[in-house]
Amino acid sequence: MSMLELREVDLFYGDAQALDGVSLDVASGEIVAIIGANGAGKSSLIRTIFGMEKPRRGSIRFEGQEIAGAAPHRICNLGIGQVAEGRQVFPNMTVRENLEMGAVVPRARAGAAAAMDRVFVMFPRLAERRRQLAGTLSGGEQQMLAIARCLMGQPRLVMLDEPSLGLAPVVVVEVFRVVRELNARDGLTLVLVEQNVAQSLALAHRGYVLENGRIVMQGAGAELLADDRVRQAYVGL
Amino acid sequence: MRAMAARDLSPRRAAALGLFVAVMLLLPLLVNAYIVSVLVVVLFSAYFGQSWNIMTGFAGQLSLGHALYVGLGAYTSAALFVHFGLLPWLGMLAGMAVAALAGGAIAALSFRFRVGGVYFALLTIAFAEFTRILFDHFGWVGATEGLFLPVANLAHDDPLRLRGSPRMFYYLLLALSLAALALSHHLLNRRVGYYWQAIREDEEAARALGIDVFRYKVAAMALSAAMTALGGGVLAFYDNNLYPDTVFAMSRSIEIITAPIIGGLGTLFGPVLGAVLLTGLGEIMTNLSNAAEISGLKQWFYGAALLAIVALQPSGLWPWLRRRLGLEEGRR
Repeated sequence: MSMLELREVDLFYGDAQALDGVSLDVASGEIVAIIGANGAGKSSLIRTIFGMEKPRRGSIRFEGQEIAGAAPHRICNLGIGQVAEGRQVFPNMTVRENLEMGAVVPRARAGAAAAMDRVFVMFPRLAERRRQLAGTLSGGEQQMLAIARCLMGQPRLVMLDEPSLGLAPVVVVEVFRVVRELNARDGLTLVLVEQNVAQSLALAHRGYVLENGRIVMQGAGAELLADDRVRQAYVGL
Repeated sequence: MRAMAARDLSPRRAAALGLFVAVMLLLPLLVNAYIVSVLVVVLFSAYFGQSWNIMTGFAGQLSLGHALYVGLGAYTSAALFVHFGLLPWLGMLAGMAVAALAGGAIAALSFRFRVGGVYFALLTIAFAEFTRILFDHFGWVGATEGLFLPVANLAHDDPLRLRGSPRMFYYLLLALSLAALALSHHLLNRRVGYYWQAIREDEEAARALGIDVFRYKVAAMALSAAMTALGGGVLAFYDNNLYPDTVFAMSRSIEIITAPIIGGLGTLFGPVLGAVLLTGLGEIMTNLSNAAEISGLKQWFYGAALLAIVALQPSGLWPWLRRRLGLEEGRR
Protein backbone atom coordinates (compact mmCIF):
# COMPACT_ATOMS: atom_id res chain seq x y z
CA MET A 1 0.00 0.00 0.00
CA SER A 2 1.16 3.49 -0.75
CA MET A 3 2.19 5.70 2.10
CA LEU A 4 0.94 8.73 0.20
CA GLU A 5 -1.69 8.47 -2.49
CA LEU A 6 -3.11 11.31 -4.59
CA ARG A 7 -6.07 10.72 -6.89
CA GLU A 8 -7.33 13.21 -9.46
CA VAL A 9 -6.36 16.30 -7.48
CA ASP A 10 -7.42 19.66 -8.93
CA LEU A 11 -6.25 22.95 -7.47
CA PHE A 12 -7.35 26.40 -8.56
CA TYR A 13 -6.07 29.86 -7.69
CA GLY A 14 -9.19 31.82 -8.54
CA ASP A 15 -9.87 30.81 -12.13
CA ALA A 16 -6.35 29.66 -12.85
CA GLN A 17 -5.87 25.93 -12.60
CA ALA A 18 -2.61 25.00 -10.92
CA LEU A 19 -3.10 21.23 -10.63
CA ASP A 20 -5.09 19.20 -13.11
CA GLY A 21 -6.09 15.68 -12.17
CA VAL A 22 -2.84 14.84 -10.43
CA SER A 23 -2.54 11.23 -9.27
CA LEU A 24 0.60 9.88 -7.73
CA ASP A 25 1.84 7.33 -5.22
CA VAL A 26 4.72 7.33 -2.81
CA ALA A 27 5.56 4.00 -1.21
CA SER A 28 7.17 3.67 2.18
CA GLY A 29 10.97 3.87 1.93
CA GLU A 30 11.01 5.52 -1.48
CA ILE A 31 12.60 8.68 -2.77
CA VAL A 32 10.23 10.18 -5.33
CA ALA A 33 11.35 13.11 -7.46
CA ILE A 34 8.89 15.54 -8.97
CA ILE A 35 10.41 17.48 -11.79
CA GLY A 36 9.13 20.17 -14.09
CA ALA A 37 9.73 23.67 -15.31
CA ASN A 38 9.09 26.83 -13.33
CA GLY A 39 5.37 27.27 -12.84
CA ALA A 40 4.55 23.65 -13.68
CA GLY A 41 2.84 23.30 -10.29
CA LYS A 42 5.55 21.60 -8.25
CA SER A 43 5.32 23.91 -5.27
CA SER A 44 1.53 23.98 -5.53
CA LEU A 45 1.56 20.21 -5.31
CA ILE A 46 3.65 20.23 -2.13
CA ARG A 47 1.52 22.96 -0.60
CA THR A 48 -1.66 21.06 -1.39
CA ILE A 49 -0.41 17.82 0.15
CA PHE A 50 0.57 19.78 3.24
CA GLY A 51 -2.83 21.44 3.58
CA MET A 52 -1.68 24.96 2.74
CA GLU A 53 -3.95 24.98 -0.30
CA LYS A 54 -7.34 23.33 -0.47
CA PRO A 55 -7.89 21.22 -3.61
CA ARG A 56 -11.17 21.72 -5.40
CA ARG A 57 -11.45 18.04 -6.20
CA GLY A 58 -9.68 14.77 -5.57
CA SER A 59 -8.41 12.69 -2.74
CA ILE A 60 -5.15 12.77 -0.79
CA ARG A 61 -4.51 9.85 1.54
CA PHE A 62 -1.63 9.47 3.95
CA GLU A 63 -1.33 5.96 5.38
CA GLY A 64 -4.91 5.34 4.39
CA GLN A 65 -6.29 8.47 6.02
CA GLU A 66 -7.95 11.20 3.94
CA ILE A 67 -6.09 14.50 4.47
CA ALA A 68 -7.27 16.67 1.56
CA GLY A 69 -8.17 20.08 2.96
CA ALA A 70 -7.03 19.33 6.54
CA ALA A 71 -5.12 22.05 8.40
CA PRO A 72 -1.30 21.99 8.11
CA HIS A 73 -0.75 21.53 11.84
CA ARG A 74 -2.89 18.38 11.78
CA ILE A 75 -1.16 16.99 8.70
CA CYS A 76 2.20 17.74 10.28
CA ASN A 77 1.18 15.83 13.37
CA LEU A 78 0.36 12.77 11.26
CA GLY A 79 4.02 12.56 10.30
CA ILE A 80 4.46 14.62 7.13
CA GLY A 81 7.31 17.10 7.24
CA GLN A 82 8.08 19.87 4.80
CA VAL A 83 11.22 21.81 3.98
CA ALA A 84 9.88 24.80 2.12
CA GLU A 85 11.56 26.54 -0.76
CA GLY A 86 14.06 29.21 0.20
CA ARG A 87 14.98 27.52 3.49
CA GLN A 88 12.90 29.74 5.74
CA VAL A 89 14.93 29.44 8.93
CA PHE A 90 14.10 31.95 11.66
CA PRO A 91 17.02 34.37 11.32
CA ASN A 92 16.75 35.94 14.79
CA MET A 93 16.55 32.65 16.63
CA THR A 94 19.60 30.59 17.47
CA VAL A 95 20.27 27.28 15.74
CA ARG A 96 19.08 25.49 18.83
CA GLU A 97 15.90 27.55 19.09
CA ASN A 98 15.19 26.88 15.42
CA LEU A 99 15.54 23.16 16.09
CA GLU A 100 13.22 23.39 19.08
CA MET A 101 10.64 25.03 16.84
CA GLY A 102 10.81 21.89 14.70
CA ALA A 103 9.40 19.80 17.51
CA VAL A 104 6.21 21.73 18.21
CA VAL A 105 3.70 19.15 17.02
CA PRO A 106 2.38 16.89 19.79
CA ARG A 107 3.83 13.73 18.21
CA ALA A 108 7.36 15.17 18.42
CA ARG A 109 7.40 16.80 21.85
CA ALA A 110 8.25 13.82 24.02
CA GLY A 111 11.20 12.74 21.89
CA ALA A 112 12.54 16.23 21.23
CA ALA A 113 15.72 15.90 23.31
CA ALA A 114 16.69 12.59 21.68
CA ALA A 115 15.88 13.99 18.25
CA MET A 116 18.12 16.99 18.95
CA ASP A 117 21.00 14.67 19.84
CA ARG A 118 20.46 12.72 16.62
CA VAL A 119 20.45 15.78 14.35
CA PHE A 120 23.57 17.12 16.06
CA VAL A 121 25.31 13.83 15.27
CA MET A 122 24.10 14.00 11.69
CA PHE A 123 24.98 17.70 11.28
CA PRO A 124 28.07 18.39 13.40
CA ARG A 125 28.32 21.90 11.96
CA LEU A 126 24.99 22.76 13.53
CA ALA A 127 26.14 21.38 16.86
CA GLU A 128 29.17 23.68 16.74
CA ARG A 129 26.94 26.64 15.98
CA ARG A 130 24.02 25.86 18.22
CA ARG A 131 24.13 29.23 19.99
CA GLN A 132 24.63 31.23 16.82
CA LEU A 133 21.74 33.16 15.25
CA ALA A 134 20.45 31.27 12.22
CA GLY A 135 20.59 34.42 10.11
CA THR A 136 24.38 34.43 10.41
CA LEU A 137 24.80 30.94 8.91
CA SER A 138 25.90 30.38 5.32
CA GLY A 139 23.31 29.37 2.73
CA GLY A 140 24.34 25.73 2.89
CA GLU A 141 24.26 25.68 6.68
CA GLN A 142 20.81 27.26 6.62
CA GLN A 143 19.61 24.52 4.28
CA MET A 144 21.02 21.88 6.62
CA LEU A 145 19.31 23.64 9.53
CA ALA A 146 16.01 23.67 7.63
CA ILE A 147 16.30 19.92 7.01
CA ALA A 148 17.39 19.23 10.59
CA ARG A 149 14.52 21.33 11.92
CA CYS A 150 12.08 19.33 9.84
CA LEU A 151 13.55 16.07 11.22
CA MET A 152 12.90 17.37 14.75
CA GLY A 153 9.22 16.81 14.01
CA GLN A 154 9.99 13.07 13.64
CA PRO A 155 8.24 12.77 10.28
CA ARG A 156 7.82 9.55 8.33
CA LEU A 157 7.51 11.40 5.04
CA VAL A 158 9.54 14.49 4.22
CA MET A 159 8.82 16.76 1.27
CA LEU A 160 11.73 18.92 0.13
CA ASP A 161 10.96 21.88 -2.12
CA GLU A 162 13.98 22.92 -4.19
CA PRO A 163 16.58 22.11 -1.53
CA SER A 164 19.46 22.90 -3.90
CA LEU A 165 18.14 26.31 -4.96
CA GLY A 166 20.77 29.04 -4.80
CA LEU A 167 23.47 26.84 -3.32
CA ALA A 168 27.03 26.38 -4.56
CA PRO A 169 27.58 23.10 -6.48
CA VAL A 170 29.74 21.60 -3.74
CA VAL A 171 26.98 22.35 -1.19
CA VAL A 172 24.36 20.84 -3.51
CA VAL A 173 26.34 17.60 -3.50
CA GLU A 174 26.29 17.68 0.28
CA VAL A 175 22.51 18.25 0.38
CA PHE A 176 21.91 15.29 -1.93
CA ARG A 177 24.25 13.15 0.15
CA VAL A 178 22.16 13.95 3.24
CA VAL A 179 18.95 13.06 1.40
CA ARG A 180 20.39 9.71 0.30
CA GLU A 181 21.63 8.98 3.80
CA LEU A 182 18.28 9.80 5.42
CA ASN A 183 16.64 7.37 3.04
CA ALA A 184 19.20 4.56 3.03
CA ARG A 185 20.15 4.59 6.69
CA ASP A 186 17.03 5.86 8.47
CA GLY A 187 14.47 4.48 6.01
CA LEU A 188 12.86 7.90 5.64
CA THR A 189 10.44 8.35 2.75
CA LEU A 190 11.15 11.48 0.73
CA VAL A 191 9.47 13.55 -1.94
CA LEU A 192 11.95 15.73 -3.73
CA VAL A 193 10.85 18.66 -5.85
CA GLU A 194 13.76 19.88 -7.91
CA GLN A 195 14.82 21.88 -10.92
CA ASN A 196 18.12 20.09 -10.64
CA VAL A 197 16.71 17.29 -12.77
CA ALA A 198 19.78 15.18 -13.48
CA GLN A 199 20.89 14.91 -9.88
CA SER A 200 17.46 14.35 -8.41
CA LEU A 201 16.49 11.66 -10.93
CA ALA A 202 19.81 9.93 -10.34
CA LEU A 203 19.01 9.88 -6.64
CA ALA A 204 15.31 9.03 -6.78
CA HIS A 205 13.76 5.60 -7.06
CA ARG A 206 10.93 6.96 -9.11
CA GLY A 207 10.00 10.26 -10.69
CA TYR A 208 7.05 12.20 -12.03
CA VAL A 209 7.21 14.91 -14.67
CA LEU A 210 4.79 17.76 -14.11
CA GLU A 211 3.79 20.07 -16.96
CA ASN A 212 1.14 22.78 -16.66
CA GLY A 213 -0.27 21.13 -13.55
CA ARG A 214 -0.54 17.70 -15.19
CA ILE A 215 1.55 14.58 -14.71
CA VAL A 216 2.84 13.85 -18.21
CA MET A 217 5.36 11.12 -17.49
CA GLN A 218 6.32 8.80 -14.70
CA GLY A 219 8.77 6.00 -14.17
CA ALA A 220 11.90 4.82 -12.44
CA GLY A 221 14.44 7.58 -11.87
CA ALA A 222 17.09 6.08 -14.12
CA GLU A 223 14.47 5.35 -16.80
CA LEU A 224 13.27 8.96 -16.89
CA LEU A 225 16.82 10.20 -16.93
CA ALA A 226 17.49 8.09 -20.02
CA ASP A 227 14.34 9.30 -21.78
CA ASP A 228 15.04 11.58 -24.74
CA ARG A 229 12.11 13.90 -24.07
CA VAL A 230 13.17 14.42 -20.46
CA ARG A 231 16.77 14.94 -21.48
CA GLN A 232 15.83 17.49 -24.12
CA ALA A 233 13.35 19.40 -22.01
CA TYR A 234 15.04 19.39 -18.61
CA VAL A 235 18.58 18.19 -18.65
CA GLY A 236 19.66 20.35 -21.56
CA LEU A 237 21.38 17.64 -23.54
CA MET B 1 7.51 24.45 28.07
CA ARG B 2 10.19 24.59 30.74
CA ALA B 3 12.86 23.39 28.39
CA MET B 4 12.45 26.60 26.47
CA ALA B 5 12.94 28.91 29.45
CA ALA B 6 15.94 30.54 27.87
CA ARG B 7 15.89 34.20 28.75
CA ASP B 8 16.96 34.07 32.34
CA LEU B 9 16.88 36.92 34.80
CA SER B 10 20.58 37.53 35.48
CA PRO B 11 21.58 39.21 38.76
CA ARG B 12 22.50 42.33 36.83
CA ARG B 13 19.12 42.48 35.13
CA ALA B 14 17.32 41.74 38.40
CA ALA B 15 19.20 44.61 40.08
CA ALA B 16 18.32 47.00 37.25
CA LEU B 17 14.68 46.00 37.47
CA GLY B 18 14.72 46.44 41.26
CA LEU B 19 16.24 49.90 40.91
CA PHE B 20 13.63 50.88 38.33
CA VAL B 21 10.76 49.70 40.55
CA ALA B 22 12.22 51.50 43.60
CA VAL B 23 12.55 54.77 41.67
CA MET B 24 9.03 54.47 40.30
CA LEU B 25 7.65 53.74 43.80
CA LEU B 26 9.36 56.73 45.39
CA LEU B 27 8.96 59.21 42.56
CA PRO B 28 5.44 60.50 43.32
CA LEU B 29 6.44 61.21 46.91
CA LEU B 30 9.22 63.53 45.78
CA VAL B 31 7.53 65.64 43.12
CA ASN B 32 4.64 68.07 42.94
CA ALA B 33 1.08 67.35 41.84
CA TYR B 34 1.68 68.57 38.30
CA ILE B 35 4.56 66.15 37.75
CA VAL B 36 2.44 63.32 39.19
CA SER B 37 -0.26 64.09 36.62
CA VAL B 38 2.38 63.92 33.86
CA LEU B 39 3.63 60.62 35.27
CA VAL B 40 0.09 59.25 35.10
CA VAL B 41 0.05 60.05 31.39
CA VAL B 42 3.45 58.35 31.06
CA LEU B 43 2.13 55.20 32.70
CA PHE B 44 -1.03 55.13 30.59
CA SER B 45 1.18 55.36 27.53
CA ALA B 46 3.51 52.65 28.84
CA TYR B 47 0.69 50.27 29.68
CA PHE B 48 -1.17 50.75 26.40
CA GLY B 49 2.12 50.36 24.57
CA GLN B 50 2.86 47.13 26.41
CA SER B 51 -0.58 45.77 25.56
CA TRP B 52 -0.23 46.68 21.89
CA ASN B 53 3.29 45.24 21.85
CA ILE B 54 1.92 41.72 22.45
CA MET B 55 -0.06 41.88 19.24
CA THR B 56 2.37 43.72 17.02
CA GLY B 57 5.74 43.33 18.71
CA PHE B 58 5.49 39.69 19.74
CA ALA B 59 3.11 38.16 17.19
CA GLY B 60 3.96 40.55 14.35
CA GLN B 61 0.41 41.56 13.39
CA LEU B 62 0.19 45.31 12.87
CA SER B 63 -2.81 46.86 14.60
CA LEU B 64 -3.41 50.55 13.94
CA GLY B 65 -6.76 50.65 15.69
CA HIS B 66 -6.08 49.92 19.34
CA ALA B 67 -8.17 52.93 20.39
CA LEU B 68 -11.08 50.57 19.70
CA TYR B 69 -10.17 48.45 22.74
CA VAL B 70 -9.40 51.46 24.92
CA GLY B 71 -12.90 52.69 24.07
CA LEU B 72 -14.65 49.36 24.57
CA GLY B 73 -13.01 48.97 27.99
CA ALA B 74 -13.74 52.56 28.98
CA TYR B 75 -17.36 52.62 27.81
CA THR B 76 -18.27 49.18 29.15
CA SER B 77 -17.03 49.84 32.66
CA ALA B 78 -18.29 53.43 32.77
CA ALA B 79 -21.75 52.63 31.40
CA LEU B 80 -22.21 49.67 33.76
CA PHE B 81 -21.20 51.95 36.65
CA VAL B 82 -23.45 54.85 35.62
CA HIS B 83 -26.50 52.74 34.83
CA PHE B 84 -26.26 49.89 37.33
CA GLY B 85 -23.74 51.07 39.90
CA LEU B 86 -21.55 48.06 39.11
CA LEU B 87 -18.16 48.15 40.82
CA PRO B 88 -15.58 49.58 38.39
CA TRP B 89 -13.35 46.52 38.63
CA LEU B 90 -16.23 44.20 37.71
CA GLY B 91 -17.15 46.52 34.88
CA MET B 92 -13.55 46.46 33.70
CA LEU B 93 -13.64 42.66 33.66
CA ALA B 94 -16.73 42.89 31.47
CA GLY B 95 -14.91 45.44 29.30
CA MET B 96 -11.98 43.07 28.92
CA ALA B 97 -14.32 40.29 27.83
CA VAL B 98 -16.04 42.56 25.30
CA ALA B 99 -12.70 43.71 23.91
CA ALA B 100 -11.29 40.18 23.76
CA LEU B 101 -14.36 39.05 21.84
CA ALA B 102 -14.18 42.03 19.48
CA GLY B 103 -10.43 41.64 18.93
CA GLY B 104 -10.70 37.88 18.54
CA ALA B 105 -13.56 38.26 16.06
CA ILE B 106 -11.74 40.89 13.98
CA ALA B 107 -8.61 38.73 13.93
CA ALA B 108 -10.51 35.52 13.16
CA LEU B 109 -12.43 37.14 10.30
CA SER B 110 -9.31 38.73 8.83
CA PHE B 111 -7.03 35.73 9.11
CA ARG B 112 -9.71 33.26 7.98
CA PHE B 113 -9.95 35.23 4.74
CA ARG B 114 -6.18 35.58 4.56
CA VAL B 115 -6.14 39.31 5.13
CA GLY B 116 -2.68 40.11 6.41
CA GLY B 117 0.01 42.75 6.63
CA VAL B 118 -0.97 46.22 5.53
CA TYR B 119 -4.51 45.16 4.67
CA PHE B 120 -5.01 43.80 8.15
CA ALA B 121 -3.72 47.10 9.57
CA LEU B 122 -6.21 49.01 7.42
CA LEU B 123 -8.98 46.76 8.64
CA THR B 124 -8.11 47.51 12.28
CA ILE B 125 -8.41 51.24 11.51
CA ALA B 126 -11.74 50.65 9.81
CA PHE B 127 -13.18 48.76 12.79
CA ALA B 128 -12.02 51.46 15.23
CA GLU B 129 -13.46 54.20 13.05
CA PHE B 130 -16.86 52.70 12.52
CA THR B 131 -17.15 51.82 16.17
CA ARG B 132 -16.46 55.50 16.88
CA ILE B 133 -19.27 56.50 14.53
CA LEU B 134 -21.54 53.86 16.04
CA PHE B 135 -20.93 55.30 19.50
CA ASP B 136 -21.65 58.81 18.18
CA HIS B 137 -25.23 57.57 17.78
CA PHE B 138 -25.41 55.28 20.79
CA GLY B 139 -27.80 57.12 23.12
CA TRP B 140 -27.42 54.76 26.07
CA VAL B 141 -23.82 55.87 26.51
CA GLY B 142 -24.51 59.53 25.78
CA ALA B 143 -23.65 59.53 22.06
CA THR B 144 -21.81 62.72 21.02
CA GLU B 145 -23.00 64.46 24.20
CA GLY B 146 -20.59 62.31 26.18
CA LEU B 147 -20.81 60.00 29.17
CA PHE B 148 -20.02 61.51 32.57
CA LEU B 149 -19.04 59.80 35.77
CA PRO B 150 -20.04 61.41 39.05
CA VAL B 151 -17.04 62.97 40.74
CA ALA B 152 -16.82 62.19 44.43
CA ASN B 153 -14.79 64.41 46.71
CA LEU B 154 -13.37 61.88 49.08
CA ALA B 155 -11.12 62.58 52.01
CA HIS B 156 -9.15 59.47 51.15
CA ASP B 157 -8.45 57.32 48.10
CA ASP B 158 -10.81 54.46 47.37
CA PRO B 159 -9.07 52.07 44.96
CA LEU B 160 -12.01 49.64 45.05
CA ARG B 161 -14.34 52.24 43.54
CA LEU B 162 -11.56 53.94 41.57
CA ARG B 163 -12.18 57.30 43.17
CA GLY B 164 -9.17 59.20 44.34
CA SER B 165 -6.14 61.34 43.67
CA PRO B 166 -3.82 61.20 40.68
CA ARG B 167 -1.31 59.62 43.05
CA MET B 168 -3.62 56.66 43.58
CA PHE B 169 -4.02 56.29 39.83
CA TYR B 170 -0.27 56.49 39.48
CA TYR B 171 0.29 53.52 41.77
CA LEU B 172 -2.55 51.61 40.19
CA LEU B 173 -1.13 52.10 36.71
CA LEU B 174 2.37 51.28 37.93
CA ALA B 175 1.01 47.98 39.25
CA LEU B 176 -0.72 47.30 35.92
CA SER B 177 2.41 48.13 33.97
CA LEU B 178 4.59 45.89 36.14
CA ALA B 179 2.02 43.12 35.84
CA ALA B 180 2.08 43.54 32.05
CA LEU B 181 5.89 43.35 32.18
CA ALA B 182 5.75 40.14 34.22
CA LEU B 183 3.09 38.61 31.98
CA SER B 184 5.01 39.50 28.82
CA HIS B 185 8.20 38.02 30.25
CA HIS B 186 6.35 34.88 31.23
CA LEU B 187 4.70 34.46 27.82
CA LEU B 188 7.91 35.07 25.89
CA ASN B 189 9.57 32.23 27.75
CA ARG B 190 6.71 29.86 27.15
CA ARG B 191 5.83 27.83 24.13
CA VAL B 192 3.41 30.52 22.96
CA GLY B 193 6.13 33.20 23.01
CA TYR B 194 8.32 31.14 20.70
CA TYR B 195 5.36 30.44 18.42
CA TRP B 196 4.65 34.17 18.19
CA GLN B 197 8.29 34.87 17.38
CA ALA B 198 8.24 32.18 14.69
CA ILE B 199 5.04 33.62 13.19
CA ARG B 200 6.53 37.11 13.29
CA GLU B 201 9.75 36.05 11.60
CA ASP B 202 8.26 33.80 8.95
CA GLU B 203 4.62 32.86 9.01
CA GLU B 204 4.90 30.30 6.20
CA ALA B 205 7.79 28.57 7.92
CA ALA B 206 5.86 28.50 11.18
CA ARG B 207 2.95 26.88 9.38
CA ALA B 208 5.28 24.36 7.75
CA LEU B 209 6.44 23.27 11.21
CA GLY B 210 2.91 22.51 12.27
CA ILE B 211 2.23 25.61 14.34
CA ASP B 212 -1.48 26.45 14.36
CA VAL B 213 -0.77 29.96 13.10
CA PHE B 214 -4.40 31.05 12.99
CA ARG B 215 -5.04 30.11 16.59
CA TYR B 216 -1.96 31.84 18.00
CA LYS B 217 -2.56 35.02 16.03
CA VAL B 218 -6.16 35.22 17.22
CA ALA B 219 -5.01 34.54 20.79
CA ALA B 220 -2.46 37.37 20.61
CA MET B 221 -5.12 39.77 19.38
CA ALA B 222 -7.67 38.75 22.04
CA LEU B 223 -5.12 39.04 24.86
CA SER B 224 -3.79 42.35 23.59
CA ALA B 225 -7.32 43.73 23.26
CA ALA B 226 -8.33 42.59 26.76
CA MET B 227 -5.24 44.16 28.34
CA THR B 228 -5.84 47.40 26.47
CA ALA B 229 -9.46 47.44 27.62
CA LEU B 230 -8.37 47.15 31.26
CA GLY B 231 -6.33 50.32 30.82
CA GLY B 232 -9.32 51.88 29.05
CA GLY B 233 -11.45 51.20 32.13
CA VAL B 234 -8.93 52.96 34.36
CA LEU B 235 -8.83 55.84 31.90
CA ALA B 236 -12.61 56.23 32.12
CA PHE B 237 -12.49 56.60 35.90
CA TYR B 238 -9.49 58.91 35.73
CA ASP B 239 -10.92 61.26 33.12
CA ASN B 240 -14.53 60.99 34.35
CA ASN B 241 -15.86 61.91 30.93
CA LEU B 242 -16.00 60.00 27.70
CA TYR B 243 -16.62 61.27 24.18
CA PRO B 244 -16.49 58.86 21.23
CA ASP B 245 -14.45 61.33 19.20
CA THR B 246 -11.64 61.43 21.75
CA VAL B 247 -11.80 57.92 23.21
CA PHE B 248 -11.87 56.13 19.84
CA ALA B 249 -9.73 58.76 18.10
CA MET B 250 -7.37 57.67 15.35
CA SER B 251 -4.76 59.91 16.98
CA ARG B 252 -5.00 57.77 20.13
CA SER B 253 -4.25 54.63 18.11
CA ILE B 254 -1.20 56.38 16.69
CA GLU B 255 -0.05 57.55 20.13
CA ILE B 256 -0.36 54.01 21.45
CA ILE B 257 2.04 52.66 18.85
CA THR B 258 4.58 55.48 18.98
CA ALA B 259 6.10 54.73 22.38
CA PRO B 260 6.79 51.01 21.74
CA ILE B 261 8.27 51.76 18.31
CA ILE B 262 10.62 54.37 19.74
CA GLY B 263 11.44 52.23 22.77
CA GLY B 264 11.86 48.98 20.84
CA LEU B 265 9.16 46.93 19.17
CA GLY B 266 8.80 43.43 20.57
CA THR B 267 11.07 44.07 23.54
CA LEU B 268 9.89 43.79 27.12
CA PHE B 269 10.98 47.19 28.37
CA GLY B 270 10.83 49.19 25.13
CA PRO B 271 7.24 50.41 25.53
CA VAL B 272 8.01 51.69 29.04
CA LEU B 273 11.19 53.46 27.97
CA GLY B 274 9.45 54.93 24.94
CA ALA B 275 6.59 56.22 27.08
CA VAL B 276 8.92 57.86 29.59
CA LEU B 277 10.92 59.60 26.87
CA LEU B 278 8.06 60.58 24.58
CA THR B 279 5.56 61.73 27.16
CA GLY B 280 8.21 63.31 29.37
CA LEU B 281 9.87 65.24 26.55
CA GLY B 282 6.48 65.86 24.94
CA GLU B 283 5.32 67.59 28.08
CA ILE B 284 8.43 69.78 28.11
CA MET B 285 7.70 70.65 24.49
CA THR B 286 4.13 71.61 25.36
CA ASN B 287 5.41 73.95 28.07
CA LEU B 288 8.02 75.39 25.72
CA SER B 289 5.32 75.74 23.12
CA ASN B 290 3.18 77.77 25.52
CA ALA B 291 6.09 79.86 26.75
CA ALA B 292 7.39 80.65 23.29
CA GLU B 293 3.87 80.95 21.87
CA ILE B 294 4.68 78.52 19.06
CA SER B 295 1.90 76.02 18.67
CA GLY B 296 2.37 72.36 17.88
CA LEU B 297 5.95 71.92 19.13
CA LYS B 298 4.95 68.60 20.70
CA GLN B 299 3.59 67.21 17.43
CA TRP B 300 6.77 68.33 15.66
CA PHE B 301 8.78 66.63 18.32
CA TYR B 302 6.84 63.36 18.01
CA GLY B 303 7.34 63.37 14.27
CA ALA B 304 11.03 64.19 14.57
CA ALA B 305 11.53 61.50 17.21
CA LEU B 306 9.91 58.86 14.98
CA LEU B 307 11.99 59.93 11.99
CA ALA B 308 15.18 59.88 14.02
CA ILE B 309 14.47 56.42 15.41
CA VAL B 310 13.54 54.96 12.04
CA ALA B 311 16.70 56.41 10.50
CA LEU B 312 19.20 55.78 13.31
CA GLN B 313 17.97 52.93 15.53
CA PRO B 314 15.20 51.10 13.69
CA SER B 315 15.01 48.41 16.34
CA GLY B 316 14.36 51.07 18.98
CA LEU B 317 16.21 52.72 21.85
CA TRP B 318 15.94 49.92 24.38
CA PRO B 319 18.01 47.31 22.47
CA TRP B 320 20.72 49.96 22.13
CA LEU B 321 20.53 51.12 25.75
CA ARG B 322 20.37 47.52 26.96
CA ARG B 323 23.68 46.79 25.23
CA ARG B 324 25.22 49.91 26.71
CA LEU B 325 24.13 48.97 30.21
CA GLY B 326 25.22 45.34 29.82
CA LEU B 327 21.68 44.09 30.32
CA GLU B 328 21.58 41.75 27.34
CA GLU B 329 19.26 38.80 27.62
CA GLY B 330 20.98 35.47 28.10
CA ARG B 331 20.65 32.98 25.26
CA ARG B 332 21.67 29.40 25.17
